[in-house]
Amino acid sequence: MIEFNDKVVKQFTIATIFWGIIGMLVGVIIAVQLAWPAFNFDIPWLTYSRLRPLHTNAVIFAFGGNALLGTSFYVAQRTCQVKLYSNTLASVVFWGFQLVIVGAALTLPFGFTQGKEYAELIWPLDVLLTVVWVLYAIVYFGTIATRTVKHIYVANWFYAAFIITIAVLHIVNNLAIPVNWHLSYPVFSGAVDALVQWWYGHNAVGFFLTAGFLGMMYYFVPKQAERPVYSYRLSIVHFWALVSTYMWAGPHHLQYTSLPDWAQSLGMVFSLVLLAPSWGGMINGIMTLSGAWDKLRSDPIIKMMIVSLSFYGMSTFEGPMMSIKTVNALSHYTDWTIGHVHSGALGWVALMTMACMYSLVPRLWGRDGMYSTHLINVHFWIATLGIVLYIASMWIAGVMQGLMWREVDANGSLVYSHVESIEATFPYYVIRIIGGVLFFIGILIQAYNTWKTIKGAPRPEARASQVDTANAVGEGA
Amino acid sequence: MSNFWHWTVIIVVVLHLIAYLWLLFATSKKKTEKRADNTTGHVWDGDLREWDNPMPRWWLWLFILTIIFTVVYLYLYPGLGNYKGSKEWTQINRFEANYAANTEARNRSFAGFINKPIDQLIQDEQAMLIGQRIFANHCAQCHGSDAGGAVGFPNLADDDWNWGGDYQAILTTLNNGRIGVMPAFAPALGEDGTQQVAAYVRSLSGIDHDAALASEGEAKFGMFCAACHGPQGQGLDMFGAPNLTDDIWLHGSSDVIETALYEGFNNQMPAQQDILDENRIKLVAAYVYSLNQR
Repeated sequence: MIEFNDKVVKQFTIATIFWGIIGMLVGVIIAVQLAWPAFNFDIPWLTYSRLRPLHTNAVIFAFGGNALLGTSFYVAQRTCQVKLYSNTLASVVFWGFQLVIVGAALTLPFGFTQGKEYAELIWPLDVLLTVVWVLYAIVYFGTIATRTVKHIYVANWFYAAFIITIAVLHIVNNLAIPVNWHLSYPVFSGAVDALVQWWYGHNAVGFFLTAGFLGMMYYFVPKQAERPVYSYRLSIVHFWALVSTYMWAGPHHLQYTSLPDWAQSLGMVFSLVLLAPSWGGMINGIMTLSGAWDKLRSDPIIKMMIVSLSFYGMSTFEGPMMSIKTVNALSHYTDWTIGHVHSGALGWVALMTMACMYSLVPRLWGRDGMYSTHLINVHFWIATLGIVLYIASMWIAGVMQGLMWREVDANGSLVYSHVESIEATFPYYVIRIIGGVLFFIGILIQAYNTWKTIKGAPRPEARASQVDTANAVGEGA
Repeated sequence: MSNFWHWTVIIVVVLHLIAYLWLLFATSKKKTEKRADNTTGHVWDGDLREWDNPMPRWWLWLFILTIIFTVVYLYLYPGLGNYKGSKEWTQINRFEANYAANTEARNRSFAGFINKPIDQLIQDEQAMLIGQRIFANHCAQCHGSDAGGAVGFPNLADDDWNWGGDYQAILTTLNNGRIGVMPAFAPALGEDGTQQVAAYVRSLSGIDHDAALASEGEAKFGMFCAACHGPQGQGLDMFGAPNLTDDIWLHGSSDVIETALYEGFNNQMPAQQDILDENRIKLVAAYVYSLNQR
């Protein structure tokens, strides 16, 4: 028997849920502040400007990151049929990554930031993350290199692309000259700095929040459905097309700015080309389930996966549309962008993570299934309702803001002042809070269910590290 | 951009588009050994397999359509390095055309009232509505949407003015902006002198004060403060020096008299003439003026 290292995967799993709760709680707080600004209590480190980067960093890098690192170690060991390349390094990666996250939580609220969106961490933390990431790459690729199976499974292609590209993006976008322990100046300036920032920013979406989670999807969806991946050819084409096209898409964040016209155009057309490669992943995921639709009735984990893939398809359709200059002229700087991001972040990334955690926890701790299938079902519905409220309110708010800001009467004067658009947005901010609170309750339910599962009795016949064929829920609980 | 980058952009874009088509064609035509279970024959982790299904036809066409769109778009619009696109479209031209059309529409619609004398202009409902909108977008951030002001930002709805409240003075303020500087006088006055002057200033507007201190401060006020604030402290529009004898305090309350003396103030009203055009400045000035005339 292979001595799989499941200890580190367990640690990452618990960290995922823990940071998910923190990140989503901060999200709820800042959503409340947008509706009622007094909820910053006039305390500087509770203001929106400081908590917002804490929210994005916590949900993307702490919640999403722990899920990606943990599952990549699990998937690599299982699909390569070999133990991790180095258990010591894996442990260093886990604790190092948590150290970066704690560092973020101790600096961002106190105003220590680089001021670059999704790359706010100050330079010492950037350096620490670089070291952790290189160690992570050594463990991951070492495991792949020592595999005992001839072919590399498709999930690993995506994890590999994620690891390599995030390293490149992180290093290039954070090239800066330190002035003191917390302050540094970027080596790029002006429009070039903006382009590098959004080349980074959009590929963080493309490789962290898409490629990495497609890796998760390619392992856990066929596992959970107990069916083969729909099309090998499709996975080849959409993989190469996806990783090569995302590289171009960044400039669509800078439409109608001082970025030269040619770069804006290329950003737009390649964002449109990105539609088909993105949908390739959705098709492969959803079609894997064709012929097993009956499982939708009995297994809420499959339901979560299907809805997650549907939101993936929806937001990867919406994204290219928003990159069209004419649409962007309306949508840019409005809450539509926030709605779009959350249809991907809550709908695709978070739901897929939650589903995979439900699938993974019983396997890791050697249980027949989660403590309560019913609670997974409750979580599924409450989260889905929350997402719908969130993104629908932000769509309406965003389109309304875009239309109000540009409304010019026959006299050539603006019809609305900015403050009127904020007043009109207020009810949608309140609906958004409700959506966010529902989603937050969802992860609390998951945390409770996970805790009860871990506390419960293990399956008698198996040691935890060898249980890998458990059908997590279908026949459990 | 230089020729090198011009051609680099073109070559990389074209090669990438060709690579897509090759990837689609080669993968869909690739012959594989037909197996009974229609999988690739690879198995991972006990039960993970892959079907050898063809790519969905509609999906292939979707992909090809976006590539065709790209080719057409890059022919029409700028994108391939220095190539301007057949429509010679630029965002600057687009902006300037929009801006010009808008300005023309505006000036046409302003024609009915813009040349009215100020007394009639403020009676014109449409002119005042437009003025109010301009105020809400450009002035309300500091002066408040009711023009009631905030700490450090004057109330424009009352009849107290630092730089003059007639129409011409308001126009000048809007066009050129204002810089109101109160120097820190404490170093010159000394600790005692500062307390004396502060007490005297309080006495001017009849606030509770130490009469003995105030009488000692009178002469110092004449020496240091009267040049701007006037011998009786009634203020002077030319320097934007506030009237110290009323109960209106630009910086909140009389509590800041000491702050003013110790640290000074540096207030700025930004010039609007490069932001708003002449006619719109006229309208917003008339609107502000009208707030005191009703």
